[in-house]
Amino acid sequence: MDWTIWLEWFLKGLVLCLALLTGFAYLTLYERRALARIQIRVGPNRAGPQGLLQPIADAIKLIFKEELTPGKVYRVVYLLAPVLTVVPSLIIAAVIPLGTSFTLFGREITLYVADINVGVLYLTSIASIAVYGIVLAGWSSNNKYAMLGGIRSSAQMISYELSLGLCFVIAIMLGDSMSLNEIVTAQREVWFALIQPAGALVFLIVTLAEVNRAPFDMPEAEQELTAGYHAEYSGMKFALFFMAEYQKMIVISMIAATLYFGGYREFWFLKDTFLSVDAVWRIGAWQFQAWFLGPIYLLLKVVVLLFFMIWVRATWPRIRYDRLMAFGWKVLLPLSLALAFITAAGILLAEQLNNPLVIWGIPALSVISVLVAVAFIYRDLRRKSHGRV
Amino acid sequence: MTSDLIVFLVLSLVAISTALGMLFSRNAVYSALYLVLNFVTVAVFYLLLGAPFIAMSQITVYAGAIMVLFLFVIMLLGAESLAPSKALPWQRPLATLLSVVLAVEAVYLLFTRARSDAAIAPPEASLNTMESLRQMAMELFNLYLLPFEVTSILLLVAMVGAIVLTRQEKGGQK
Repeated sequence: MDWTIWLEWFLKGLVLCLALLTGFAYLTLYERRALARIQIRVGPNRAGPQGLLQPIADAIKLIFKEELTPGKVYRVVYLLAPVLTVVPSLIIAAVIPLGTSFTLFGREITLYVADINVGVLYLTSIASIAVYGIVLAGWSSNNKYAMLGGIRSSAQMISYELSLGLCFVIAIMLGDSMSLNEIVTAQREVWFALIQPAGALVFLIVTLAEVNRAPFDMPEAEQELTAGYHAEYSGMKFALFFMAEYQKMIVISMIAATLYFGGYREFWFLKDTFLSVDAVWRIGAWQFQAWFLGPIYLLLKVVVLLFFMIWVRATWPRIRYDRLMAFGWKVLLPLSLALAFITAAGILLAEQLNNPLVIWGIPALSVISVLVAVAFIYRDLRRKSHGRV
Repeated sequence: MTSDLIVFLVLSLVAISTALGMLFSRNAVYSALYLVLNFVTVAVFYLLLGAPFIAMSQITVYAGAIMVLFLFVIMLLGAESLAPSKALPWQRPLATLLSVVLAVEAVYLLFTRARSDAAIAPPEASLNTMESLRQMAMELFNLYLLPFEVTSILLLVAMVGAIVLTRQEKGGQK
């Protein structure tokens, strides 16, 4: 082991963490401005031009805010819970490829921290660990509302993790690999969102539930639980929860982009033009790889996906808790099982019949299965529209 | 090789101390948390042995899913610190006897097996995990298909049983 490898890992990890933290700060501004625009308000625009210094002002406020620790909390766990929430949201980004590679000082530097060959499994394991922070925060606060929030969140995240895992499986089958880098490379010809649009849709819905965003923000429903699991946290500890939520949004958008929307790769119709990440640019006698397009494409996709999340929050009301669980178990789980089956069958048939056109049976059948699911929900809601549950 | 040995020793220290912490903490939630740490440590052992697939599955299944359910149940029942109940009279001698037997077996195997020169070679394919994953899937769904299916039916029966048990209670209340 060369010490330069350690240095490279350290620097890449540091840059990634700093990028995520900056992203978090400006995502709060982005969300507030976008929400305001949707609700015909102005939003924070006083601190700096267009409110660009608002996140810094917020950070200063939160650092200097008094931190209260209620008397009867379980102290160690109470202090540990915010940390346990932030750490998974940062380290999960380690396997996400941000681009191809470039050469610096004669070394090839790849634009990902680690390309482990079980990358997708790493994502599932870190996502499943991420529940602990919220559950423990709820328990250690020694407060019934916080506890209910924690319990709700663990039930919700476990329920939706099943569909999340099946959506991962679809991407693994289509990409024929568990390495995220290879999944991205496999989307050179066509994005998986085109082959499996229903899978991408289910993935987006499930990720909303996994990061506890509206309309699935049951763990912190203000009207019912007075902010839920972080009711007893203030100052910087609250800021850590806040940070974790927004970082999870960014990271999960990156994962969605990587698995279904081509990751750092260009739009599929640009693949042989000079806008491709594989292209070689020539300016005079100087020629270089267009590696820097990779992070730009990924950033664009993430911003669009984040806007989708904000848009959903601005327009949809919260789902009732029993309907949330019923939706996860009775609609999304069977639907994603069916989608996984359709995908596997389509790939196998295309191989056996030697006819790549069969692949396009997958989107057709998937869209039909989504329509069937929607029809079931519609019938169910109509039948129950006058009664409780 | 020495760095592996150091990592192994540190990890074993962590594994043993978290296991002891699980046993001796008074609060059930702390016990569960120690057990989570223990599972994660075991996952790192698997990584050390060059089996990332099993390591990640260990974290996802045990630390991620099962222990969260444990915590969920402990919190839901409010069973963090139950009063120490009276143990069955024969439980303690039996536990002592069984643990002594286990320790003797472990030491015996350690001295007979570990000293032989035929140390277990690490699997060749472990570096290219997609290949080893393929091999594993082939073995699992060809050679071990029957046990696999039997396990799945066992789990299904357990699930249906749990649902049936809770249903009856609900019907009784109505």
